[in-house]
Amino acid sequence: MIIEKLIFYVFSALLIGSATMVIVSRHSVRAAFFLIVSFCASAVLWMLLEAEFLALLLIFVYVGAVMTLFMFVVMMLNLDKEAVQEKFVRYLPFAVVIIALMVAVLVFAVKPSHLGDLGHAMSTHQAADYSNTKVLGMLLYTHYVYAFELAAVILLIAIVASIGLTHREKANNKRQRIASQLAARKEDRLEIISGMGENE
Amino acid sequence: MISLTDYLVVGAILFSLSLAGMVMNRNNLIVLLMSVELMLLAVNMNFIAFASFLQDSAGQIFVFFILAVAAAETALGLAILIILFRTRQSINVTDLDALKG
Repeated sequence: MIIEKLIFYVFSALLIGSATMVIVSRHSVRAAFFLIVSFCASAVLWMLLEAEFLALLLIFVYVGAVMTLFMFVVMMLNLDKEAVQEKFVRYLPFAVVIIALMVAVLVFAVKPSHLGDLGHAMSTHQAADYSNTKVLGMLLYTHYVYAFELAAVILLIAIVASIGLTHREKANNKRQRIASQLAARKEDRLEIISGMGENE
Repeated sequence: MISLTDYLVVGAILFSLSLAGMVMNRNNLIVLLMSVELMLLAVNMNFIAFASFLQDSAGQIFVFFILAVAAAETALGLAILIILFRTRQSINVTDLDALKG
């Protein structure tokens, strides 16, 4: 069991170290890379907790899709680094105070004596034929099926909204504008010019 | 063996770090969004730790939904960021004072 402990401490240290690098690094690209490292490290910790499905989901969905989106946006925006660095040091004391206070309060709150029976419980292992994915699937498609469909709707709305927000129409688009066609009146288009033959 | 407190402490440190990141990186909206991601990761860590120690898979279902909502939130946040950069040529939070807040 010493190897389990070793994995836990190594990857926790990696997770916390890379999270620190995310918030202090000057380049957004570097911050994104460290965020990928911290996602991978926490996937290992979730694997240790026997949440295999979610650990793999974190790597596939987050590192594969969301972080790609992040990198794409970071590289598309042309930021000047000088402006980004400027006020960084000014807020550093506040940040250190916040970290110290939050960690102190939260670590006090999760003391083993505050957790009741769970405080002394040790991590247990499931049986060898236990399938995390199967259990999650059974729960997801029975008990939580409405929430599952709601999540699908939320993702659909996010797709529609983000395309709608960022989509730009071409300036010389030759699309038919039916509303303005129907709104046209005879007086706008047709002009009766008084003829030459008439007596003036 | 690893106890529940160990996992919760890792989650707590991660949460505090991302909160500090929000305070520190006020002039880079991208790093702010990354801090939100880290914060959600810390919360998910707590959910999974409790789910594992209580032998209750409902906590893992909750993490599943948090991941879905977080992906939607990131996509929308980045879309807003892109149109913001298009119109203002800046992603500095202190420049966003059009609402006089």
